[in-house]
Amino acid sequence: MTTLDIRARPAPAARSRGRAMSPVVRLSACFLLAVVLVALLADWLAPLPYTTQNLAARLKPPLTEAGGIVHWLGTDQLGRDILSRMIFAVRTSILIAVMGTLIGAIVGTLLGFVAARMRGLVDQAIMMVVDAQAAIPALFLALTMLAFFGNNIVLFIVLVSIDGWDRYTRLVRGLVVSEQQSDYINAIEALGAGSSRVILRHLLPNIAAALVVQATLNFPGTILLETSLSFLGLGVQPPGTSLGLMLGEGRRYLLNAWWIAVFPGLAIFLTTLSMSLFGDWLRDRFDPTSDRH
Amino acid sequence: MLRFLALRLLRALLTVTICVSAVFVALRLAGDPADIMLSIDTPPDVRAYYRELWGLDRPLAEQYLRYVASAVRGDFGLSFADERPAFAAVTEALPKTFLLGASALMLALLVGMPLGMLAALRHNRAADRLAMATAVLGYAIPVFFLGILLILLFALKLRVLPSAGSESIWHLILPSVTLGLPLAGRLARFARTATLEVLGKPYIRAARGRGVMPLAVIVRHALPNAAVPLLMFIGLEIGHILAGSAVVETIFAWPGIGRLLVDSVATRDLAVVQAVIFTVTVIMVGANLLVDVVHILIDPRLGGFARANGKPA
Repeated sequence: MTTLDIRARPAPAARSRGRAMSPVVRLSACFLLAVVLVALLADWLAPLPYTTQNLAARLKPPLTEAGGIVHWLGTDQLGRDILSRMIFAVRTSILIAVMGTLIGAIVGTLLGFVAARMRGLVDQAIMMVVDAQAAIPALFLALTMLAFFGNNIVLFIVLVSIDGWDRYTRLVRGLVVSEQQSDYINAIEALGAGSSRVILRHLLPNIAAALVVQATLNFPGTILLETSLSFLGLGVQPPGTSLGLMLGEGRRYLLNAWWIAVFPGLAIFLTTLSMSLFGDWLRDRFDPTSDRH
Repeated sequence: MLRFLALRLLRALLTVTICVSAVFVALRLAGDPADIMLSIDTPPDVRAYYRELWGLDRPLAEQYLRYVASAVRGDFGLSFADERPAFAAVTEALPKTFLLGASALMLALLVGMPLGMLAALRHNRAADRLAMATAVLGYAIPVFFLGILLILLFALKLRVLPSAGSESIWHLILPSVTLGLPLAGRLARFARTATLEVLGKPYIRAARGRGVMPLAVIVRHALPNAAVPLLMFIGLEIGHILAGSAVVETIFAWPGIGRLLVDSVATRDLAVVQAVIFTVTVIMVGANLLVDVVHILIDPRLGGFARANGKPA
């Protein structure tokens, strides 16, 4: 993407700092890769199906052997293997967060393009909705919608995508508005290129890096929204499993069986942490619009 | 400036109107409110009675106007849970959330600001790295996980602090720490960036060149100049605090509006849900408005009352 250099901004000191992958960032990337692999290969990796109950082995601490199987991370109140449940929970949580991020990014980007290309009233209207969205925390909005519409998985994924679409719209609108004034876009349009060609061949590739960085930085928030809702008992419903749901269920057994809540919580924490660290690095490395320290 | 303020106020009102209207649209998209609120086996005549009582038999436009008019008066109908006005439940819970949010914010300011400034003063040295690593840990940890860890440690193992309720000052500690630590992490990061920015300005370098100690530079020059961005940052964080309150208040059985919303969503107490959303929207929009107004007032470049009084600014 050599066109990125057209803007010829002087490189801020911060950018040269983050170019090489530090060990911490490398570790984060490896962890994220492992999470993705676990999500993809859950069926093969899990020692047991996540619904298998063994009432004789309830609330067993980690490393307990029961029924010929070692429960590495212990069992829950129904004698289900925590490790197996976590592996499937990772799949659910990651799937919902990825779909939520994609929907949010696509809708937000589209609206950003529409606002920037049309300007005028349409632009004003879209930015008004963006402002309104920013006036209600995504978690509150999601809770309200769940109250009105009742719980189902499709709605839940759409609700998870609420967190952040306005940020894509704002970002894309700003970038496209400034990009549209640049000479190369003027030249292409003067040569008779249509709107779709300008957008798809020129504008989109030029803002793609910033979009990917935004998506990465948004992802932890999306995971947190899903896990928070599930934790509150209003997201993924039993017999399904998600990291937040496990944590919410385990909360009631903290005194006797801390492992039910702590291991899924740790998994969420490490995922959001790795994603934040990786996202920061990505921003320093690839995003020409960022000059944060 | 007055014209700007008026426009800004108009915009805020418009935002609230859009939010309130969006809730109305969502309510209608979700189906007949009578179906949502009444149980399935309600006899048709009872259903018809309630439809008339709630004005559901009137034209949609009239329903909408009535809805907006009563929302403005704070009348959202009665809560199912205890048959009192929904708005009363909100006004009762609001001070609790305010107390929790304010103490979390105080904690975040006391921990995050010094940490971030220290990091900026020791830019790219070990202390900076350590401070920023702590900050990242702070804001990446999910509040519900942090809350559970704190309960596990302080309430269940050490037995020094209560884990649920709001009777005493001791009950405030764990929830405020849970809500405040992630905020402190973000604030430390923000403070570091802001301080670095100010430290790079020529007048600071001049002050340091004259031999003024770094700490004095920060207190005398950097802090006043970081006030505006800090204010805007806090304005944005109010959303995080409110969103966090839903989770934190549920974990610690703290009777604020976050928990009220979660409870009323679970029981589909629509009147209370609407009252909470309306209140939260007004708070958020009001906070942003306030931030903007204060910004105008204290920033001389925007024609405010404050003037650079001899100090380099």
